[in-house]
Amino acid sequence: MIEAIPTQFIIIFVGLLAIMAFVGLNAVVLVYLERKVAGFIHRRPGPYEVGPPCFPHGILQPLADGLKLVGKQIFTPRGADSFLFWLAPMISIAPAIVCFIAIPFGPYLQVINTNVGLILILAFTGINVLALCLAGWASQNKYGLIGAARDISQGVAYEIPLLLVVLSVVFMTGTFNLFDIADGQGAWPWQWYIVYQPLAFILFFICALAETNRNPFDLPEAESELTAGFHTEYSGMAFACFFLAEYAYMVVAACIIAILFLGGFQGPVAPGIWWFLAKVYVLLLIMIWIRWTFPRVRFDQLLNICWKWLIPLAVLNLLITLAVIAL
Amino acid sequence: MNLDLRLDTKGDFYSQRFQPTEREDTLVLNMGPQHPSTHGVLRILLEIDGEYILRAEPVLGYIHRMHEKMAEVMSYPQYLPNPGRTDYLHALAWNWAHVAAVERLMNIEVPERAEYIRVITCELNRISSHLLWWGAILLDLGAFTPIMYAFDDRERIQDIMQRNTGSRLTYCYYRFGGVAADIDDKFIEDTRTECARLKDRAKMFKDLVTDNFILRKRMEEIGEIPIDTCRRYGATGPVLRGSGQPYDVRRAEPYSIYDRFDFKIPAYDTCDSMGRYLVRMDEIQESIKIIEQALDTLPEGDYILPKAPKRPKPPAGDVYFAVEGARGKIGIHLVSDGGKSPYRLKLRAPGFSNLSLFSEVAQGTLIADAVAILASLDLVIPEIDR
Repeated sequence: MIEAIPTQFIIIFVGLLAIMAFVGLNAVVLVYLERKVAGFIHRRPGPYEVGPPCFPHGILQPLADGLKLVGKQIFTPRGADSFLFWLAPMISIAPAIVCFIAIPFGPYLQVINTNVGLILILAFTGINVLALCLAGWASQNKYGLIGAARDISQGVAYEIPLLLVVLSVVFMTGTFNLFDIADGQGAWPWQWYIVYQPLAFILFFICALAETNRNPFDLPEAESELTAGFHTEYSGMAFACFFLAEYAYMVVAACIIAILFLGGFQGPVAPGIWWFLAKVYVLLLIMIWIRWTFPRVRFDQLLNICWKWLIPLAVLNLLITLAVIAL
Repeated sequence: MNLDLRLDTKGDFYSQRFQPTEREDTLVLNMGPQHPSTHGVLRILLEIDGEYILRAEPVLGYIHRMHEKMAEVMSYPQYLPNPGRTDYLHALAWNWAHVAAVERLMNIEVPERAEYIRVITCELNRISSHLLWWGAILLDLGAFTPIMYAFDDRERIQDIMQRNTGSRLTYCYYRFGGVAADIDDKFIEDTRTECARLKDRAKMFKDLVTDNFILRKRMEEIGEIPIDTCRRYGATGPVLRGSGQPYDVRRAEPYSIYDRFDFKIPAYDTCDSMGRYLVRMDEIQESIKIIEQALDTLPEGDYILPKAPKRPKPPAGDVYFAVEGARGKIGIHLVSDGGKSPYRLKLRAPGFSNLSLFSEVAQGTLIADAVAILASLDLVIPEIDR
């Protein structure tokens, strides 16, 4: 019987389970990190008093947050399309988990080593737009509707420079395989692609912030304008799903940046997952830092940045890359 | 699913009677009374085309507490805490307007030292009000951090005030003929320290926030209020000064001892949100200047008139007294019939006039800009509803 199941399937199954654990754990760490870094930037201690004194510095806070969300009432607003309303959080979280199967965490730590790894990730992250759109539409809330509309235009607009930037790296390496891209870079920082493609790195980082709806581009959920945007009507675990998905996409974005530009698991000594995670967490910390520092841009400004600056610059970067390769 | 989101048939009196434009493809959005950026319980009905606002209509009255009627049934000292509850952020200015109106009607001469104490505390209160506004407008623009920095300074001011006045927010410190308690050396010392600190902080605020590229893009040339619009609606305070008219009650019709101090009336003729922002940021510095001058020349003497009436009975007649609050011209019109409570007390709230021009200014702007404009008007809703 056991032999009847293909090995590949078992690997993916086990891998997905491990990834879910990783995503969950990451969310816990990131919630804590976000609150503590916010506290540091605000010059306040942040969460401090959760649990008995043997847990200092409020390290139980993410657990308390999680428990609170689990304990909340699941509520469908009147007039909402309940099927789509409950489908949206699942569509949001599921592709985020699938994205991780193509990511090489270490030299031997990757669920599937596929030649279309990068395309797979970009395709799955695109589904998030649909999820947020459904969430905003189905909740029969005007703020949700505006949030959904914002998310679609933002997501679609920022996908273009993102792909163009990715293409310039792909042309350089000649492969979509994430493992090969990471492996192709050397151990030392000056051998990483960020040195060859500094503009691409900056463009990709900005696009990643916009794609993951992080401040200063968090317009779909701009709380001072749209109360909570697309997730206005969500409570409890449904809200937690969006929350988890947002953090998962942040991690995905940081992972791709680390692989494409910062050498992935490569490091001066003992290449491995620790280097990869260190780079990812540095990038995540920068994202958190930006969130608590800048005001939000306006919606037309957001699209102007994309169409007038990012896309032309990304095209320019691509052309230069091509010219250099052709020579 | 009910797809006709335009007509809210289940809404209340206001949303049912809200007259949208003739167009078919617009959305009526009810912003407030529970909304993160309407600063309390203001409610605004918006008709939007996409994100552009076609019509905006403020709906008031959610925190109407009958302060004017209360004045008619309470004796003068009983009413003392009330004015501070209207504009809780600049409570002392209201407090001042009330006691000064009674003093003017009764011809009470306030001792020199009491006037100085009033100026110092009122200006401190103005700074804390502006600091809170500064945090709040940036919160509305999506920057969360500055409000924490603003509260850091605000807390220090409140600590100073608490020692003297006994309260931290809704002060009731002025009495007919003076103030409730004298200031001591520690108050003077703390105030000087805080003034020096605020001067230092101003540079940090400028570098961190005012010069921020995104902030400038969000505020400059947004929400332009021409000076004519200000005049038509009777806007005062930073809103008027942000439109280029340096009108300040402290200078235009000097009350108390404001004519003795050297301070500028900041005004910017850009008329936009940034103008109003810069006016308030400058006013913090001007208030510091006033406080330091007042502390330098603080005379000895009584902090309250020894023969001040505890239960005043002003003679029949009417009187108007205006002071410059953090939001504009605060006016109190007091009509007395010689009894122990006023015959009529009219509170002139600057926020009411400033809010009135919002529906005209908000036309054609984006929702995000409307939120920024609303914040730049610096509204306190209890003051508007009274």
